[in-house]
Amino acid sequence: MTKLLHASPAISRRVFLQSSAAGAAVASLAPGLLLSPAAAQSALTVGFIYVGPKDDYGYNQAHAEGAAAIKALPGVTVVEEENVPETVDVQKTMESMINLDAAALLFPTSFGYFDPHMLEMAKKYPDLEFRHCGGLWQEGKHPGNTGSYFGYIGQGQYLNGIAAGYATKGKKIGFVAAKPIPQVLQNINSFLLGARSVDPTITCQVIFTGEWSLAVKEAEATNALIDQGADVVTCHVDSPKVVVETAAGRGTFICGYHANQSPLAPEKYLTGAEWAWGNVYTDFVKKARAGEKLGNFVRGGLKEGFVKMSPLGPAVSEEARRKFEATLAEMMGGGFSVFKGPIKDNKGNIVVSEGQSFPEDAIELESMAYLVEGVVGSTA
Amino acid sequence: MEAIGIGVWGVPLAVFAGAIRVSTPFIFVSLGEAITERSGRINLGLEGTLVFGAMTAYAVAVVTLSPWLGVLAAMAVGACFGIIHGFICKFPKVNDIAIGIAMMQFGLGLAFFLGKPFIQPAAPRLPAIAFGAWSDLPQIQAALNINVLFLVGAALALVFWWASRNTRVGLILRVVGDSSDAARAMGLNPDTVRLFATAAGGALAAIGGAYLSLYYPGSWNEGISSGQGLMAVALVIFARWNPIGCSLAALLFGGAGALGPALQSVGVTKGYYLFYAAPYVLTLVIMIATSSPTRSLAGAPGALSITK
Repeated sequence: MTKLLHASPAISRRVFLQSSAAGAAVASLAPGLLLSPAAAQSALTVGFIYVGPKDDYGYNQAHAEGAAAIKALPGVTVVEEENVPETVDVQKTMESMINLDAAALLFPTSFGYFDPHMLEMAKKYPDLEFRHCGGLWQEGKHPGNTGSYFGYIGQGQYLNGIAAGYATKGKKIGFVAAKPIPQVLQNINSFLLGARSVDPTITCQVIFTGEWSLAVKEAEATNALIDQGADVVTCHVDSPKVVVETAAGRGTFICGYHANQSPLAPEKYLTGAEWAWGNVYTDFVKKARAGEKLGNFVRGGLKEGFVKMSPLGPAVSEEARRKFEATLAEMMGGGFSVFKGPIKDNKGNIVVSEGQSFPEDAIELESMAYLVEGVVGSTA
Repeated sequence: MEAIGIGVWGVPLAVFAGAIRVSTPFIFVSLGEAITERSGRINLGLEGTLVFGAMTAYAVAVVTLSPWLGVLAAMAVGACFGIIHGFICKFPKVNDIAIGIAMMQFGLGLAFFLGKPFIQPAAPRLPAIAFGAWSDLPQIQAALNINVLFLVGAALALVFWWASRNTRVGLILRVVGDSSDAARAMGLNPDTVRLFATAAGGALAAIGGAYLSLYYPGSWNEGISSGQGLMAVALVIFARWNPIGCSLAALLFGGAGALGPALQSVGVTKGYYLFYAAPYVLTLVIMIATSSPTRSLAGAPGALSITK
């Protein structure tokens, strides 16, 4: 409803300023727009745009923690805006960050900001840099002053799965998922494969809610999983707070996602796969200030410091801790593959053949459209 | 807790439990709207009141550590929203519907603005009564953990139903709603009655909000309601302005909403988007089945100002 009513005529400030007699105002702002190395070294304003509240114990909080990390750098100013819908509104937000705050590096963090909104702005302001969280940038297809960054968090879900595999008594774990897109499917599959590395009889029940943020449905889904005997639950929704609190209220163990949710359920929280955007943003900002080229396609996992694990909770057994730490060390060494053949999907088709293995940066993983054997659920 | 699955029995259990868990906000908002509309006024702004009530209740509960104080505070601000709506709407040529939508946006915006610092802190929850203590199954125990507000809502529905037929207050409300002229002839001031009815409606809607933020799902964020206040207003028409009908419609809606997750949990995983549409499909089917091209809606208050 709010989104509908937000759709006011899209007269951007920029267009308004250009067409009005106040053209002089634009001219006086113009020096700030140019990212010449000298100007960049002296000061840099960085803009962050979030789709939800930045203290949601989830996706947005993870980015906001990253933004907070670069605030500490000298000469860097951070401007932020929350609750920006994935509509023309985000273009207006970018316009105002560029024209009013002189932001020269922008991070629109939500999936739907990329096309067409960020691409439009990048064409309009070819001297500024835009980086988008997600996996969508392609060489030749998208402007050179744009790019994507993302982390291989599937390995974090595999580690979650190990903790879950030791904690489950009923050999059944649960996953509350938003939508069946490749990133979510990879997390579900990794969670189960992690648990099956402990005990190959474990199954994982998945429930899709259909939306990134639907508090009541997430609570219902969590209750339904627990009613069916799942005794460890994790999720991939924008704000895991409701899932974590509902599950803890029912006495079920939880593995976190996006950010550290252990303060919400200190006894029941096993561990969690978290983003470590602080490292990523710091790197981007340092490069921008030094006048170096920013990457267009930036990826990393646990090893590169894009992803981290929450500290293990008090319910994690000694045996689980040893396996968790050994696997983590192996991942930090590089080249670890969660998807090692033979793997069947849950319809019986072979999806990873014998001898084949996909390390975290394998391009095949980015188009994942199946749930592996042992996951109870369907992608459609 | 030993984990035992209960198989397909989980579906009826989840629908039953979901009906109770999910329906409470619908019950309160639709009861509030039923009272308001009975007096001849329509308040589409209850979504805003619901969300503002959720925020207020949560914030007050965080600060005072008492969820009940949160509920009281939500009632007070809800009544204020109702009074503003009722006061503006009494002027001639003011359209209830437009004001309602404006008040909804106002409530949402103000709640988001003031609620910012309360997204993260955890508030104490409203207590539930464990009616399932007799059972050994944790699933049944969980399903029968029934919140006090649900019981209050169900009791209120009965009281309103009885009072609108058997008390002077009920008669006044109905007279004003059915014919302003008749009310004036009786020496009643329709505007005053409608002001009180709108205030009461706002207070009830805000209790629904308090339930959302303080019990189920039990946290405050900006997407907490996702349109439940609007659906509840529609339920009033569905229930033909009958308070008991409102509660039953709310239960039906809550139960149908629980169907999607429950079916997935027992392995019926195909077509979940379709199951999520179940509450809306059900509403449409019942509306079509009970409507008639030859007569207007039975039970509609005569002076209901859908247009002025």
